Amino acid sequence: MSRFFGFVKKEFQHIFRDVRTLVILFGLPIVMIILFGFVVTTEIKDVEVGIWDRSMDQASIKATQKIFSSGYFVPAGYLQNEEEIGELFRGGRARVVVVFEEGFERGLQRENRAAIQLITDASDANTAQLSLTYLQGVLMTYFRSMNMEMEIPWSVDMKSRMFYNEEMKGVYMFVPGLMALILMLISALMTSVTITREKEFGTMELLLASPLKPREIILGKVTPYVLLSFVNALTIIVLGFLVFGVPVLGSIWLLMLECMLYITLALSLGVLISTSMKTQQMAMFIGMLGLMLPTILLSGFIFPIDNMPRVLQWFSAIMPARWFIVVVKNIMLKGTGFAFIWKETLIMLGMTLFFILASVKRFKIRLN
Amino acid sequence: MRILLTLLVKEFKQIFRNRLMLPIIFVVPVVQMILLTYAASLEMKGISMAVVDQDFSQASRLLVSRFEGSPFFEISLTTSNYQEAVRELTRDRVDVILHMPREFEKRLYSEQETDLQLVVNAINSTEAGLINSYCTQIVNDFNGQIRAEWFGLDGAGRITNLEIIPRYWYNSLLDYKIYMFSGILVIIVTLIGMLLTALNLVREKEMGTTEQINVTPLRKYQFIIAKLIPFMVIALFELAFGLVIGRLLFGLPMVGSIGLLFLFTCIYLLVVLGIGLFLSTISNTQQQLMFVAFFFMITFILMSGVFTPAESMPRWAQKINLINPVAYFMKVIRMILLKGSEFRDISREFYSLGIYAMVILTLAITNYRKTT
Repeated sequence: MSRFFGFVKKEFQHIFRDVRTLVILFGLPIVMIILFGFVVTTEIKDVEVGIWDRSMDQASIKATQKIFSSGYFVPAGYLQNEEEIGELFRGGRARVVVVFEEGFERGLQRENRAAIQLITDASDANTAQLSLTYLQGVLMTYFRSMNMEMEIPWSVDMKSRMFYNEEMKGVYMFVPGLMALILMLISALMTSVTITREKEFGTMELLLASPLKPREIILGKVTPYVLLSFVNALTIIVLGFLVFGVPVLGSIWLLMLECMLYITLALSLGVLISTSMKTQQMAMFIGMLGLMLPTILLSGFIFPIDNMPRVLQWFSAIMPARWFIVVVKNIMLKGTGFAFIWKETLIMLGMTLFFILASVKRFKIRLN
Repeated sequence: MRILLTLLVKEFKQIFRNRLMLPIIFVVPVVQMILLTYAASLEMKGISMAVVDQDFSQASRLLVSRFEGSPFFEISLTTSNYQEAVRELTRDRVDVILHMPREFEKRLYSEQETDLQLVVNAINSTEAGLINSYCTQIVNDFNGQIRAEWFGLDGAGRITNLEIIPRYWYNSLLDYKIYMFSGILVIIVTLIGMLLTALNLVREKEMGTTEQINVTPLRKYQFIIAKLIPFMVIALFELAFGLVIGRLLFGLPMVGSIGLLFLFTCIYLLVVLGIGLFLSTISNTQQQLMFVAFFFMITFILMSGVFTPAESMPRWAQKINLINPVAYFMKVIRMILLKGSEFRDISREFYSLGIYAMVILTLAITNYRKTT
C-alpha cells in the first residue's frame, strides 16, 4: 500500500511542479464562469440604430427620443438617403435603421394611420429579430400611451411565473454546463494525455517493469486528477452562489456523489482514450475535437437539445455530459431528490462500467 | 532561398507523413462544420405545453385551440390537475404550463377581466423569454378576437393604426445557419493555425530535435519562416475548403470579394501563427502548451461574438476584445461574405490586425532562442 502512496505522491509532484498548468487548471473555472455570467449573454444591449427621418416633425422626433431613452439602443447616426443604409450596414456600424415616412405626424393625426419601416441587418438573424421585437415594443408602447388613455375592457390578463429562475438569469443555465465541461476537460483530457506521455517517452515501460501492478499504475495516475476535479467543481458551485446567486436547492451530498460519479466516468473515458493512442498529439486532438466540442455543443450546455435535428439528438444521448447536466440542474435549481434522477444516474453508471471494462481489455502490459 | 526551399520541403514531408494529419485537415473540419451548424441552432420549435383547464368553458377551449393552431406549440398533456402538470414540468417533459382556473369564463363576463396563469421552466432564460413572448402574442390575439366577436368592440376602429413594417436585409429568410457557419469557419481556421503550429514547435523542443536544428548553421528567421509557412498554407486551404462546403451544403452566400477575404485571412493568420509561435516559446511540454492554448482559445472564441453580439457585451469585455484577434476576423468574415463589405469598410480591422501581427511576431521571434 505504501508503494502505491509513494506513486501517487510522485504523480502529485509532477503536477504541482508545473505551476503554469496549475494556475490555468484553477483559473479556468473562474474565468469561464465570469465570461458566461457577464459576457456571453443573449440579452440585447447597446444596439446601434440609425435614423432616417424623412419627415422631421414633432411626432417622429419624439419617437426617436423614445427609442434612445429606452436603454437598449444607441444612435449610429442620422441618414439622408437610401444609399447610406447599405453603407452603414456594410461598415458594421448599425444593426437597425428606422425609417419614418414623409408626413409622419400629419398621417397620424389626420388619416389615423402612419408607417414606420424597420430595416435590419439580418445577417445575424437572431439578433436582428430580437432587436426588432424590442424596437417594436418601444414604439408600440409609446404610441399607445399617446393615443389612448382609456382602459381596454374584456381581456384575459396573463400572469407569467418563471419557475426555478425567477429573475431569468442566464448564468443559471451555464453553471451546470460549465461543471460538466471543466470536469470533462480535467478528468478525461488530462489523464489521457499524461498516460500517453509516459508511453511516448518510453517511461511506461519502466513503470510496468516496476513491482507496481498495472491497476495501481492507472489508479495512481488518476487519483490526483480526481482531487483536482473535485476542487474545481466546488469552485464553480461556490462562485456561482457568491457572485451570481445560483442556489443549491437540493441535497449537497447527493450533488457531490453525482459529481464523483461523473468524474469517475470521465477518468475511465480518459484511460480508454489513452489505451488506443500512441502520441500525445493524437490524444490531444481526439480529446479536443472529439470530446470538448461535442461536450460544449451537443450536451444542452448552450443550445437546447430539443431544437436539434433528430440525428443530433441521438448523438447527444451518448454524451456523458448531457446526463450529468440534467442531474445537476435537477439537484441545484429544482431541488429534486434522487427519485427524479435515478435514470440519468443509471445511464452514467452504465457508461462508467463500459469504459472501465473496455480499457481493462485494451490495456496492454507488454509494449511491442 | 535554396535553404528555405529545402526546409519547406522537409516540413511538408514531415507534416504529411503523420497519418493523423490528413483526417485532421479533411475529416474533422467537415464533421464539425456540419454537426455544429445544425446543433448550434437558436431557433425555437415544438415547445411542449401542458394545459391545465379547470374551467371547461367555451372561452378556455377557444384559447387552447389558439395554442393548438400555433406552429410553435405542441400540447402534450391536458389535465385538470395542476400538481400533475407541475410534476411534468419538473421532469422536463413539458416546457410551459397554461393554467386556466375555475370561473375563468365567468369572471370574464362579470368582471370584464380574468386571470390566466403561465408557468415557464426558466432555467434556460433565453428560451423562457421567447416562450413568454410567443404566449403573450397569442393571448393578445385572443383578446382581440373575443373583444370583436363576443362583445362587438372593434379594436381597430378607434385606435390610431401605426403600421410597423419590418425589413430583413441580406438574409430575408432569417436563416441562422449561414451566420453560424461563418463563425465555425473562423474557429476551425484559428484552431488549425494556432494549435498545429504551436504543437509542432513544442514537440520538436520536447523531443530534443530543436537542439539538433540549433547546432546547424541555419538562421533563426529561416527556421521560423519554414515552420510558419506550411501551417499558413494549410489554414488557407482549410478556409477555401470550408467555403466550398458551406456553399454546397448550406447555400452560404458570398456577396463580397473572395480575394479580399483571403487577403484579410493572411493578415489574420500572421497574428494567429504569431501567437502560436509565442505560446510555443513559453511552453516546455505539449501538455503545458495544450492547456495554455485551450485557455486562450476558449476565451477568445467566447468573447469574439460567435454566438452572441459583441456590441452587447459589457464595456470591459469590449476593451479586452481590442486584443482579441478572433473578434476582428469573426466580424470581418461575416461582413464580407454576408453583406459584401469592401476594403474601406474593413480598413480599420485590417490595419489593426496588421499592427498586431508585427507586434506579436517581433515578440515571438525575440523570445525564441536558438540557444537553450
